[in-house]
Amino acid sequence: MTREITINPVTRIEGHGKITIQLAEDGSVADAKFHVTQLRGFEKFAEGRPFHEMPSLMARICGICPVSHLIASAKACDALLGVRIPPTAAALRRVMNLAQIAQSHALSFFYLSAPDLLLGMDSDPNQRNLFGMLSANPQLARDGVTLRQTGQQIIEILGGKRIHPGWIVPGGVSEPLTAEKRDKILAMLPNAIAITQQAIHWFKSVIPRFSEEIKVFANFPTLHMGTVDRRGSLETYDGYLRIVDAEGNIVEDRMTPEDYVALIEEAVEPHSFLKSPYYKPRGYLDGMLRVGPLSRLLVADQINTPLANAELQAFRQIPERQSSFYYHLARLIEILHAWEEIQRVLNTPDILSEHVRAYAEPNAFEGIGISEAPRGTLMHHYKIDKNGLITYVNLVIATGHNNLAMNAGVKQVAQRFVHGDRLSEGMLNRVEAVIRTFDPCLSCSTHAIGQMPLHIQLIGPNGEILDEIAR
Amino acid sequence: MSRVVTLKINGQDVSGREDETILQVARENGIDIPVLCYLEGLSAVGACRLCLVEVTGVSRLLPSCVTRVSEGMEVNTESERLQRYRRMIVELLFSEGNHICSVCVSNGHCELQNMAIKLRLDHIGMPYRFPVRQVDASHARYGLDPNRCILCTRCVRVCDEIEGAHTWDIMGRGINSQLISDMHTPWGESETCTSCGKCVQVCPTGALFVKGKSVAEMTKRPDFLPYLAMMRNRKNGS
Repeated sequence: MTREITINPVTRIEGHGKITIQLAEDGSVADAKFHVTQLRGFEKFAEGRPFHEMPSLMARICGICPVSHLIASAKACDALLGVRIPPTAAALRRVMNLAQIAQSHALSFFYLSAPDLLLGMDSDPNQRNLFGMLSANPQLARDGVTLRQTGQQIIEILGGKRIHPGWIVPGGVSEPLTAEKRDKILAMLPNAIAITQQAIHWFKSVIPRFSEEIKVFANFPTLHMGTVDRRGSLETYDGYLRIVDAEGNIVEDRMTPEDYVALIEEAVEPHSFLKSPYYKPRGYLDGMLRVGPLSRLLVADQINTPLANAELQAFRQIPERQSSFYYHLARLIEILHAWEEIQRVLNTPDILSEHVRAYAEPNAFEGIGISEAPRGTLMHHYKIDKNGLITYVNLVIATGHNNLAMNAGVKQVAQRFVHGDRLSEGMLNRVEAVIRTFDPCLSCSTHAIGQMPLHIQLIGPNGEILDEIAR
Repeated sequence: MSRVVTLKINGQDVSGREDETILQVARENGIDIPVLCYLEGLSAVGACRLCLVEVTGVSRLLPSCVTRVSEGMEVNTESERLQRYRRMIVELLFSEGNHICSVCVSNGHCELQNMAIKLRLDHIGMPYRFPVRQVDASHARYGLDPNRCILCTRCVRVCDEIEGAHTWDIMGRGINSQLISDMHTPWGESETCTSCGKCVQVCPTGALFVKGKSVAEMTKRPDFLPYLAMMRNRKNGS
């Protein structure tokens, strides 16, 4: 007999998904899977559209990280035009991408994950949310709101609106920056940096409470992928692809967007609409990759900004940094980097140049754009016909890269915390929390609309549903 | 010289020449009647039906862009019934094509979108048809996206009456009507098109656009038309 337990409020992940946990004869966990049950079809319905519409069309994939899609898409369109965009345009796009990374990380850390981190994994689910946080530690909650606001305001100042700004276009950006806008952004940054440093300090102080979680939160060796600049420093707008193994050995380096086809293969699993990309030369499963803030910090040799670099070097001394639990810390370090880097870029002399857009006819039939989205490496790959109409779209989304690792992580947590044929609230929350460390965006990665009611099924050896929890 | 007639529009006493239409006289007197297919400087065809008005003594509604004024006429342009019909017409236009404002090159500069806002149309009650229509991007400078076409025929008229090329035409009937260039050949292969771009400038939506424009970047400049028409009339001595 199945039992359905409904838990409100709705959980803190974006999109529709479900988890199934398969039990062996002796009651231990044999397998666990994370199913993404939504389909969107962006790759298909973009066919036949003029490629100049692609950045704004693709930005509609997501309301959290529209800027990331704008950037990867615009870069793919730059490749179709065959132009090198004006340096100021690249610098301005870089600022917006950093603001996007910072605001999305602030959302993930403070709104979605901090309730677990502040109140504990076993705390009352009715309190385990932003409002519970507001009563337990109002300053922390306010800081989270401020950081997200700062990122969103930078996006609005640059692009005219916070969500789906049309400012990033093929060939550059549509409007130059004014001195007034630059100064407005610069004025916000010192406070943002101070708050981020406080948050890092606070989080480091609570890490020891989560030693059990650190052991099993997707804590296993995988490859990591991210982009770095020529010198191996963290680079989120226009870097080379680098892949390292669990020991930190470089497996691939200085790879350009065009190389992704040789590096990445996308597997389709019968249980999920989310594709599972993997590192092609090592094959399916052995080629399991992680991407995102943790991976970027494991891939980069250093960070070009001083405060974030000091945090990175300390981070590299953490023995269990392969645990996906450390995505949280990596996220905070990246927020710090974002503010510092925005400050640096906005203080460069040419930032107010009015030459911010290159015009051209399409000069290539194929274009690939890669950038680092908050959740990891994002790839947009387009082909056009002779008239500039889209004939092929392939999107490899950051959350997709993490799919195999998320599944393995769910299994690892389930094996540690699930016993017998009943589900407990603390166990449910940990299974969710491991997914949350990756900050998956299911809307993006399946390229449906709506909230994610997380649904966990416990399935016995004969396929019967022993227990079920839905939110 | 035409005779001058006096009439009432919305209770206001106005006068106009007897060869003028209700729409023209209304505009001269600062009374706004919504239009989509009418454009000053082109012939009027009464296609969009948005300019329908009530005339006392006439049971049916009359398109003001093609109805002449007459002595003693009483016209009402703003009744509840007219509002309802206008909203319905615009709703039908939206449900008939694929009008996705958020990702359209003309977002923010579109006469159809503005009309929907003006008529306070906040949702579409009828089911969308989602027709499958291919973009024609074969022209070197311009593109045609029939998904956004409302068949106002401004492009057909400006090309024929002003440019003299008559590249555009409407093919088919009813729901199957579509805009074609020449004898239904790709625009880029048209032998008559002079690439003057007037059709693009008069198009009320993003159906005709300049290639290379990103979302919300396509602004239209149809203002040249009244000037051209005036100069032409002067030359003809009328």
